[in-house]
Amino acid sequence: MQRIGVFVCHCGSNIAATVDVKKVVELVRMEPGVVWAEDYPYMCSEAGQSRIAEAIRTQKLTGVVVCSCSPRMHEATFRKCAERSGLNPYMVEIANIREHCSWIHKNTEEATEKAVILARAAIAKVNLNTPLQAGESRVTKRALVIGGGIAGIQTALDIADAGYEVDIVEKTPSIGGRMSQLDKTFPTLDCSACILTPKMVEASANEKITLYTYSEVEKVSGFVGDFTVDIRKKARSVDMSKCTGCGVCQEKCPSRKTPNEFNRGLNTRSAIYTPFAQAIPNVPVIDREHCIKFQTGKCGVCAKVCQAGAIDYEQKDEIITRKYGAIVVATGFDMIKLDKYGEYAYEQSPDVITSLELERIMNAAGPTKGHLERMSDHRPPKNIVFIQCVGSRCADERGKSYCSKICCMYTAKHAMLIRDKYPDVNVTVFYIDVRTPGKNFDEFYRRAVEEYHVNYIKGQVGKVTPQPDGTLLVHGVDLLDNHQVKIEADMVVLAAAIEPNPDVRKIATMLTASIDTNNFLTEAHPKLRPVESPTAGIFLSGVCQGPKDIPETVSQAGAAAVKVIGLLAKDKLLTNPCTAKADVLACNGCSACANVCPYGAISYEDQEVRAPGVREIRRVAVVNSALCQGCGACTVACPSGAMDLQGFSNRQMIAEVDAICR
Amino acid sequence: MSIANESFRPKIVAFCCNWCSYAGADLAGSSRLSYPADVKIIRVPCSCRVNPMFILRAFERGADGVILCGCHPGDCHYTTGNYYTRRRMTLLFSMLDFLGVENGRTRVEWVSAAEGVKFSATMNEFVETIRALGPNVRLGDLRCRS
Amino acid sequence: MQELRKRAGELLADGTVARVLAWRAGDLPYNPEPAFFETEAELEHLVYDGFCGANLSKLMIEASKLEGKTLVCLKPCDTYSFNQLVKEHRVDREKAYIIGVGCRGKLDIEKIRRQGIRGIEAVEGAELDGPEELTIRTFSGEKKCAYRDAMLERCHVCKGKEHMAYDELLGESRDTKDAERFAEVEAIERMPAKERFAYFQKELSKCIRCNACRNACPACSCRKCVFDSTKFDSEQKANVDSFEEKMFHIIRAFHVAGRCTDCGECSRVCPQGIPLHLFNRKFIKDINTFYGEYQAGTGSDEKAPLTNYTLEDAEPSVVRERG
Repeated sequence: MQRIGVFVCHCGSNIAATVDVKKVVELVRMEPGVVWAEDYPYMCSEAGQSRIAEAIRTQKLTGVVVCSCSPRMHEATFRKCAERSGLNPYMVEIANIREHCSWIHKNTEEATEKAVILARAAIAKVNLNTPLQAGESRVTKRALVIGGGIAGIQTALDIADAGYEVDIVEKTPSIGGRMSQLDKTFPTLDCSACILTPKMVEASANEKITLYTYSEVEKVSGFVGDFTVDIRKKARSVDMSKCTGCGVCQEKCPSRKTPNEFNRGLNTRSAIYTPFAQAIPNVPVIDREHCIKFQTGKCGVCAKVCQAGAIDYEQKDEIITRKYGAIVVATGFDMIKLDKYGEYAYEQSPDVITSLELERIMNAAGPTKGHLERMSDHRPPKNIVFIQCVGSRCADERGKSYCSKICCMYTAKHAMLIRDKYPDVNVTVFYIDVRTPGKNFDEFYRRAVEEYHVNYIKGQVGKVTPQPDGTLLVHGVDLLDNHQVKIEADMVVLAAAIEPNPDVRKIATMLTASIDTNNFLTEAHPKLRPVESPTAGIFLSGVCQGPKDIPETVSQAGAAAVKVIGLLAKDKLLTNPCTAKADVLACNGCSACANVCPYGAISYEDQEVRAPGVREIRRVAVVNSALCQGCGACTVACPSGAMDLQGFSNRQMIAEVDAICR
Repeated sequence: MSIANESFRPKIVAFCCNWCSYAGADLAGSSRLSYPADVKIIRVPCSCRVNPMFILRAFERGADGVILCGCHPGDCHYTTGNYYTRRRMTLLFSMLDFLGVENGRTRVEWVSAAEGVKFSATMNEFVETIRALGPNVRLGDLRCRS
Repeated sequence: MQELRKRAGELLADGTVARVLAWRAGDLPYNPEPAFFETEAELEHLVYDGFCGANLSKLMIEASKLEGKTLVCLKPCDTYSFNQLVKEHRVDREKAYIIGVGCRGKLDIEKIRRQGIRGIEAVEGAELDGPEELTIRTFSGEKKCAYRDAMLERCHVCKGKEHMAYDELLGESRDTKDAERFAEVEAIERMPAKERFAYFQKELSKCIRCNACRNACPACSCRKCVFDSTKFDSEQKANVDSFEEKMFHIIRAFHVAGRCTDCGECSRVCPQGIPLHLFNRKFIKDINTFYGEYQAGTGSDEKAPLTNYTLEDAEPSVVRERG
């Protein structure tokens, strides 16, 4: 029989105002195994904890029940307290009488009765608890960053700076991400490439950082500290060790009709290409789908013109398998598809463009060499209309419920830049609200309105109609004046909502990281652990976690790096001891448990089993406690009950059920 | 369906997944979203830890309703646990229904850590259903001995 | 029968097998029982006729541990159970030499008795190549009964005359299916809940917890049953009002769900005549409805329904919603 001490917390008045704590103490004293019960205003306080420690010592307690707030809050606190007092930390159970009782019930009698029942269930469980020992697992001192945008680059640089090896896996041929497509950045209007390129170079030059561009994560197994990842290095068809990056192949390539992804399809590129001039690595790839050599077998111009002999048509995808201690997801975002927004005529008129397309048009390296012109007839526009919240803050299923956060600011930037460079162009912005929280943000927006006289209209646009003369008739509403507005524009710019990169779902599944309904990765805690995934060892950097601008992304990237460094700095990790365990005597060896284990933690061994009347070799289940995460799926798949979960054993669960139904 | 008896205080056991529903219940608590004290929560690491034997045990010991809450399908902390739960419970509930036991006494709901409102609403509704069904007579004894 | 004895004798003699697992006559003319034969001489006691309903595949668990191969006689439906046991690593296929014996449906002595035939001394015509009519000698003279009318319920919903596993075949088999497999289950489903409850209350009240079903069931092959172990605090033999008493059948049915081949042994051996197969068949029907047709024991590598899932599986609320 255990010697159990029960400690009832008042939590100031949070519990005590609704639950008669004295009565709880009085009633639990009668429970089997309970040798000590007391109450205290704040059990989690220094003084409260020392009362528990004192009782463990003087009463020789073998088990502790704390009736307090949620175990998610203070279970760790009380376990540590027990451990300091010489009691195995897993001999502590929490009865949640605050969140699950005092806070939701008003009637003292009812709440007290329920608190007693919850305490009884915890006592019944502790009666069957056994001391558990946390195991140790090693930490591979290397991190993986998935995504080579500004978030991934910054995270990698910070991790490398602390002396750890870090690999970046980037899907496209170059690192740089969305930021490399931007022209200027708000609110300082400095050139995006000018601040990003040095970071890209730094990442590529850093000997602690390995770049895997044109590569994708294919498979992830393992757990915090010891992940094994398969990276698919797609065939570039160019030998990276030989290529000098001279660019002749791209000039001579006869296939030139492929939409240029980097310029959002506004112009075309060759089949052998680097996405942009400052690409890192500055080594082209052959887009095999559009390469004449790969499609017809005839051509081979690039190989002929390449002085370095770097072209390799035989190159194959390569799978690289590496071990990592931590993984950072920095997969970023894309703009939503606009096919459901027919009213804005995006698909009908080349002069209706997205903001990201405008970035490319404004950029000196873009399809128009930085000249503001209409894509249909290359004439400079005279009237530009910006439409905000296209698919953001959207009530119906066409768009996203959330605010994309960056659009108000970049639209102010666009409007200001256009008015600055082309003062005779009229700029109108339709908005629902202008949201400018952030350092120097509102000042920036006010400059657009007050200095640059951008015409802001509060209201939404119902329809954009392309006219026979090539102009666009914008039908909107001015909500402040409460009248219909019609504007004859020659260019319309849509602030399309941003959404997580569609690949993130696949990656999250591989990482067993959770994802919300909008495909943003979920944080371990929305306020207190914003850069960690609930899955240990997985960290979040940048827009994959939620909409962010560049400074926020960079700060989050740094925060994620710090968390990674904190993990890699450890030599050993303590593992959760609440793992599954098979009783070889009762095991049938049927494999049902292994079939449902998501971690491949169960294997089978032929073991000699000895028991009274039994001495034979049997096929029995063996749990690798380093791999087991303790979900318990196996315990239910097992018909004989041979498989059990430590800390949540069948008998413990039944004891709780019995105590509640008593 | 019998008429709700005001004096009937049902015994209700709620198995809640540590990662989602238990946290959802915590959020209901911190948001002061009330539901009847008849509901008592048992914490499990994952909904897939809940053995049908636990549910039957609860009924045998006099529970009037048992509800199992887990992460939404696709959001399981252990990736696939709730998919197994879904199959196991569908078959178990269908069998209980086949035996002529009121199918309102058992339920599975997916409640995330962010859904405190849903947690409280679900519990309120479940308790109401059980009150309307009245005390559990049939499920107490699946041997059904008369 | 002679042919089977002869073939078994040959295989014993040439050392292919070390023993034969078949049936021998019991104390009554209609209750042959499973038996091991180790010498050719013993084989004269081997019988095989319409009363050899017993599914021998479960006995292969113990036989797999013995030295040498065991010749096992399996009827078509028994081979499903055999395959399932191989899939669950309980039986070693290499340790078995399967003679797939012919089957024209197995007999249920209770069905004969229910026709008012009492005082049975002997039943003639039960052999595999026998006539379509049984001749029953009783204290009060000879009675006749059509073979078909004396068949076990399970044979009326026969899974087919094909053996799912065998090393050689001996004797003709016949597909005896003349009823819908799920008709009984559907009839119960159509009853109002109260009637269903009353029905099962009446049937299950007869249970004397003798464990015959558990002992005969090839899926119920746990080394240690949960009801005999301390793992769930579910063992309370002395207590008539125990969890085990009340929940045994539903837990047993759940534990074999997705693994049960619907061999019908549970109902065949129940001394109280409880239609226990209904629980298993209800699970099979639900599995087929919700997760697609699945037959345990066909020998495929397909994952069992309860260790499998799809993203689009039905929600448990489907039970409430269908009313």
